[in-house]
Amino acid sequence: MIEAILIISGIGLLLGGVLGWAAVHFRVEEDPLLDKIDALLPQTQCGQCGYPGCRPYAEAIAKGEADINLCPPGGDEGVKRLAELLGVEPKPMGEGLGHKPRSVAIIDAQTCIGCTLCIQACPVDAIVGAAKQMHTIIAAQCTGCELCLPPCPVDCIRMEIVPENLARWKWRYPIHLIRPLHGGSRP
Amino acid sequence: MISHYLLILVGTVLVNNIVMTKILGLCPFMGVSKKLETAMGMGLATTFVLTLASGASSFIDTWLLGPDLGYLRTVSFIVVIAGIVGFTEMYIKKTSPTLFHLLGIYLPLITTNCAVLGIPLLNAQEGHNFVESLFFGLGGALGFTLVMILFAAMRERLEAADVPTPFKGTAIAMITAGFLSLAFMGFSGLVR
Repeated sequence: MIEAILIISGIGLLLGGVLGWAAVHFRVEEDPLLDKIDALLPQTQCGQCGYPGCRPYAEAIAKGEADINLCPPGGDEGVKRLAELLGVEPKPMGEGLGHKPRSVAIIDAQTCIGCTLCIQACPVDAIVGAAKQMHTIIAAQCTGCELCLPPCPVDCIRMEIVPENLARWKWRYPIHLIRPLHGGSRP
Repeated sequence: MISHYLLILVGTVLVNNIVMTKILGLCPFMGVSKKLETAMGMGLATTFVLTLASGASSFIDTWLLGPDLGYLRTVSFIVVIAGIVGFTEMYIKKTSPTLFHLLGIYLPLITTNCAVLGIPLLNAQEGHNFVESLFFGLGGALGFTLVMILFAAMRERLEAADVPTPFKGTAIAMITAGFLSLAFMGFSGLVR
């Protein structure tokens, strides 16, 4: 009994001592900026930035390898605070990271000249109309891809956000970043 | 003498593979086998820690616990493993930042890998001596690495394959793991 207690406490004490000594002896001087950046990140360790956790992402930011707008849980607020700390301009959330609300295109009937350019651009044939006739959008078919916005010569198309309701709500897609492998191509 | 240790290595890598035959360490096997690089990192880190942990546990079992205090094995082994992982992390961070970067988050994750606790316990059960334990640990870890890499390669192919919707993702991964385990059964009888 007393032996067991002594052995376990002995092992614990020994390992504790070794770890304590190692913590002092093997201390690595790190960039003080790193801790400050790490403190601003949400510490969800979600990996959506493409790094295996918040600290690796902080390291990448400190080294200048990563942009400050890759952290979806931190949101725009987080980007703003990082920008303040690093003295750079805040940026919008990285492409494909920020969540875009679902929207549909609406054609302003007053301005439409019937040029059919948006009909050609629409990938889902959600725009009906003919040359010199006013066009209109079938809201149920529109995917909100915004491809019809640039071709319109009179800028009569605008995007309108569709509010979420019970029938429309669904889980957000998980976000996986695809990064190129270092060196060499893969079959 | 050398053939004895070689047999232990072959036996643990192929015949009694820790993941496929003993069904230990399934958490990293399913969890970090999505990409080949992470699987390799995990395998490398596990090999390092498992070999050290086998040696240290064998030492403790023989010289500290002995036959009387066998009930203290689990608790003392897990303490030692956690200590070794912590120490290794600090040491690698200081001496080789490149290796530290390579292993990344997988090094601390090993503490909770049941294969790392399982192998020292198996060592104690089978009464291996210190050197045998080292080889048993190294072999087990190499077998773990082999399976991780094989499975990661298969999962990368599965990503591109046309899998029926109900089987997509983890379901097909589980089925594939079953087939892989069946394939490893083909080695049984190669070494005792």
